[in-house]
Parts: sequence; C-alpha cells; structure tokens
Amino acid sequence: MPESLFKVNIEEYMLPGNRACSGCGLSLAYRYALKALRKNTILTIPASCLTVLHGLYPTTSVVIPCLNCAFASTGASASGILAGLKALNRQDITVVAFAGDGGTFDIGIQSLSGAAERETDFIFVCYDNEGYMNTGTQRSSATPIGALTTTTPFLTKQEHKKDMLKIMEAHDIPYLASVSSSYPVDLYDKFVKAKRIKGTRYIQISAPCPPGWVYPPRDTVKIGRLAVETGMVVLFEIEDGKFQLTGRSKTLAQRGNKLPVIAYIERQGRFSKISAEQVAQLQNWVDTRWEEYLRRAST
Amino acid sequence: MTKKDDNISAMCRPAIGEAGKTGDWRDKRPTIDHNKCIPFIKKKPACFLCWLYCPDGVITATIPISIDLDYCKGCGICAEECPAKAIAMINEEGKDD
Repeated sequence: MPESLFKVNIEEYMLPGNRACSGCGLSLAYRYALKALRKNTILTIPASCLTVLHGLYPTTSVVIPCLNCAFASTGASASGILAGLKALNRQDITVVAFAGDGGTFDIGIQSLSGAAERETDFIFVCYDNEGYMNTGTQRSSATPIGALTTTTPFLTKQEHKKDMLKIMEAHDIPYLASVSSSYPVDLYDKFVKAKRIKGTRYIQISAPCPPGWVYPPRDTVKIGRLAVETGMVVLFEIEDGKFQLTGRSKTLAQRGNKLPVIAYIERQGRFSKISAEQVAQLQNWVDTRWEEYLRRAST
Repeated sequence: MTKKDDNISAMCRPAIGEAGKTGDWRDKRPTIDHNKCIPFIKKKPACFLCWLYCPDGVITATIPISIDLDYCKGCGICAEECPAKAIAMINEEGKDD
C-alpha cells in the first residue's frame, strides 16, 4: 500500500447519503478534492452533476460553503466572491469553482477565459465525464470520437475531443494539472499544491461515469486506470511553465508500456458502434499527443 | 441550528442522508471476511484500499474496517479493488442477478 495514504486528511467533507449515482467517479474525486482543500474554502458551482450531489433545499451533503451560479458564469461568480472577500479583508479563504465539462469546454469557457485573463486568484476545477451526464448523456465537445450519446445516437460522434488543457495553458496561468479519479493520492497532492499557489489555477479531473459510459459501477476505478494506461488521459502538471509528467503517466513514459486504446474502448457500451476506422483515428490522436507529451517531458 | 441570516433567503444546512437512506438503492451487499482482510491479519494500519476508493466514504479506515450499510449504494468498487479479495458482493434479499 502507498505510504502516502496516511498523509491524507482523515476528515470527510462530503457526507454519505448524497444523490450521486452508485459508483460515481466524480463523487470519488470530489471527496479527495475537498479533503485537500479543507475548511476556509468557498465553492461556486454551475448547473452540473455536482449540484445534484449537493442536494435539494433545505439540506445539503457538503459541509463547505457553496454558491450555486448560472451555467455560463462560473468564472465571473468566482471573481465576484473574491471581490467580496477583498472588501471584507478576508485573504485567508480559497475560492474554488467546480464545473463539469459542459460548464467548462462549452458553456463556461468565456467567463473562465475572462477570469484567467484578469489573473483572478482562484482554483478552477473541471471534472471531465465527457458529456452532459446530468441531463441524460448529451454530446459535449469533451466527448471522444466514436462515442454514442443521446444526441449522436446512430452515427457516433465524428469529431475529436477538444484539448481544453492546451487552451488554458495558453492563458499563461501559474498552475495547471491533469488528474484522474482513479489515482486519488495523486489528485490529493495536486490539490494541496494548487491551494498554496497564487493566481488562476486550473485542474482537470477525468471522472468516469457508469450510466453515461455504459459499464457496471464496480469498474469505475478500473476504467479510469485504463484511460491513463492507454494514454487517453495523461497525468501531468505545469508549474510556472515547467511541464512534468506525474504518477502513473511518468512510469508509463519510463517503461514505454502504454496499452492500445482498444483495451479501454472494449469495456464501455458507449463505444459499441465505433468503426475500425474511428478506432485507428483515435489511436492516432492518442499517439500524436503522447509523443508530444514525451518530447515536452524530456526537455 | 444556528441563527438565520436575514440577508440569505435560501440556504441549505449540511445533513447526513440528504437523499434519504441510500442503502436501499443497493442490489448487492458488500460483506467482509475479516480473516482475509490485510489490516485485520497484520493488526496494524495497512492497505485500506476499500476506504481509499469508496466514492461515498462509507468505509472506515479502522481495524476491523466497517461499512455503513445504511448509506452504502452497493457499487462494488471495494470488492473489485480489494487485493486480498476479502469483500464479496452478496445479493440482497429478494433481488436476483
């Protein structure tokens, strides 16, 4: 067992008995994100699976203060909270915006870009479950090629996933990280690190979704692990422009034993109609990006 | 219950079991065989991978470990990830495969 497990904050900020689905990848990642952020945090969340997890009035399942905002305004909402805290002279509080991939890649991108440009001192977290899962699995720009969704029900999605991490990197932010819910200790470490840094910080969590990706809930951790082992998700961090691979992706790069994407695809029902041509396209897309990451890690 | 702030019209209070007893969502119940469980055999903190991977935080990192069956949603991640195969998923009464 990892020794670092004992360093993890033992307190739970997400209470049991919440509305998240059984085997939810977001729920697992959220538990560790809150453990790392601890008290003295204010959350702001747009419409997403996370609002469902937070629950209905008059009770909530999270013990950290949270502001619900409109879908497109997550970045602006965080800027507003910060302005309020500044007026009250409370400098010790971390503001964290938590949005889904729809609220980041598609709908929330303008307010996030604006907040990053203003160098707002907050952490923006995108949990990426590759679709609008809360409203019933619609396609988003984070959905990978070849996936079935309710808005691409026959032909599968024809386009590749948007590289949001590159877009955020172009904003020259001080800290940027990619994490997976299947590696909670790596996730925890990156959140602890992000909390100490000043400026706009962006963290993208890969969170497998059992109903949306169509696999049994018990496989959540396995699917997330396969995503990293096939290179669909790469664990890395960029701190002040310095790129480095972390955790499992680092050992994969050292040993060079990356699995083919088919190992990841075959376990999920959403890829049941993917064509051989699309598998080749996806493999090519993964390999090109992986080569680029390896080149950046070695310089 | 703390005093209500008049400036806030709709504010939620934290509560365990916000969605009710989520244990009744379950088809299969996790059952631990303590004689296979690593921390129980070694009599010292070790492993705890079930605690690490539980999405709902209903498993305790204690010796012996315990699962809060009132709120366990029965996803089966603990049984899948247990390196010693100490947790088995058993059908709840009246529910078949």
